[in-house]
Amino acid sequence: MNALEIRGLTKQYKNRMAVDALDLSIKQGELIALLGQNGAGKTTTIKMLSCLLTPTSGDALMLGYSIKTDATKIKPQINVSPQETAVAPTLSVRENLELIARIYGSAKEAAKEKAQASMEVFGLTEHAKDRAKALSGGMQRRLSIAMALISEPKILFLDEPTLGLDVRARRELWKKIGELKGKITIILTTHYMEEAEALSDCIAILHEGRLKALGSAEELKQQTRTGSFEDAFLTLTGADI
Amino acid sequence: MKLNAFAGRNRKEIFRDPLSLLFGFGLPLFLLGLVRVVNSSIPGSGPEIFRIENFAPGVAVFSFAFISLFAGMLIAKDRMSSFLTRLFASPLTPKDYLLGYALPLLPMALLQCAVCFAAAIFMGLQPNINILYATLSLLPAAIFFIAFGLLLGSIFTDKQVGGFFSIFAQLAALGSGMWFDLALVGGTVKAIAYALPFSHAFEAAKAALAGNFFALPAHLAWVVAYALGTGVCAALVFRKKMKQ
Repeated sequence: MNALEIRGLTKQYKNRMAVDALDLSIKQGELIALLGQNGAGKTTTIKMLSCLLTPTSGDALMLGYSIKTDATKIKPQINVSPQETAVAPTLSVRENLELIARIYGSAKEAAKEKAQASMEVFGLTEHAKDRAKALSGGMQRRLSIAMALISEPKILFLDEPTLGLDVRARRELWKKIGELKGKITIILTTHYMEEAEALSDCIAILHEGRLKALGSAEELKQQTRTGSFEDAFLTLTGADI
Repeated sequence: MKLNAFAGRNRKEIFRDPLSLLFGFGLPLFLLGLVRVVNSSIPGSGPEIFRIENFAPGVAVFSFAFISLFAGMLIAKDRMSSFLTRLFASPLTPKDYLLGYALPLLPMALLQCAVCFAAAIFMGLQPNINILYATLSLLPAAIFFIAFGLLLGSIFTDKQVGGFFSIFAQLAALGSGMWFDLALVGGTVKAIAYALPFSHAFEAAKAALAGNFFALPAHLAWVVAYALGTGVCAALVFRKKMKQ
């Protein structure tokens, strides 16, 4: 079974079509990157798929459940790391992790154990008692992703996970994301070409709310007969420079 | 369990902010002390309105305005950050959010009352069971102020909440009648003050403190109506914001 089946998913605001009849299937355990320029519809798509926004039309089946009618069944099985770092600033690293574990149904003791394990995986143990607002941007982002994973989601949404991070922090985070491949289904949005190329099994290029192309980085280069993925992207989005 | 976890987080966010504690508890105590000093400087027994049994309930009502500020700022900051986006994608329900924000503030309001009346006893208020009744009579007011904070935070940004609060705090202080006798002012001012919940909350607490329980229902009815109306508005606005 596919983890995600998107059929004609559309979101229209008053004068703007944010997402236009998107069709997409994503296999379980696959990491797909939604790539596009600012305003391409990436975040709107993620918001609809994570039941934060109601589609204007169309639907998506997440693990067999409709985002329009079965949000209560979907939400316990997914988790989101939003575009900006989403942590509770005055809670410690440990408290942030325990909070999310408990919100997703873990008992107090189980939440403590999960938080400990998560801190070890993400190299946050030595910051366990530090308040989230005192962490560096990279560490906050790492915590944000650890919070998204502590509920053991079947589908994980990462919205621009490395936005604003320096090269080293970005590479460290790529490594962590890479380690998750095959274990859970990941939908990642980015406008960094190299990020999409390095991490994803499949890349969906969005442009002005529409799906322009779908395939691996290599397939997209072949399709456009270009030497680099960046050139392929520019060709596919009709923005040759 | 979900609700407890979320309410616990909100309690920590509020109690870990030293400014919350300073303004929530320190300012009301300062006002009580100030009025005591002013009163003792006036020859004779001083104005009736500044007698501790009349002024302390007003300070308790005024201190609740800070509860609105804490609630409003917390929600507004969560809304401005992506933290609320994360929570909206979680299994928390709208009921969990509203109760999760409101519940930690109710004990804080009771604590404010306790601190206020304890200080008032130190300043000459006769300790008796009526203090407990006065505290209980202030519960609907506490709920109104919490609901108003939820409403503010659901509509405005954290900076806007701060600005709006300064107007609201003035309205609560002046409209309650703690600083001047509304009956003596009369006219439009009195009509407006009695149309708002602050004076009724003040009068109810004052009546309970004096053991005049027959006066309670009429005043409490106003406060309860405001608390319910504001609570429903806050819930509707919050739900609407969730979907945006």
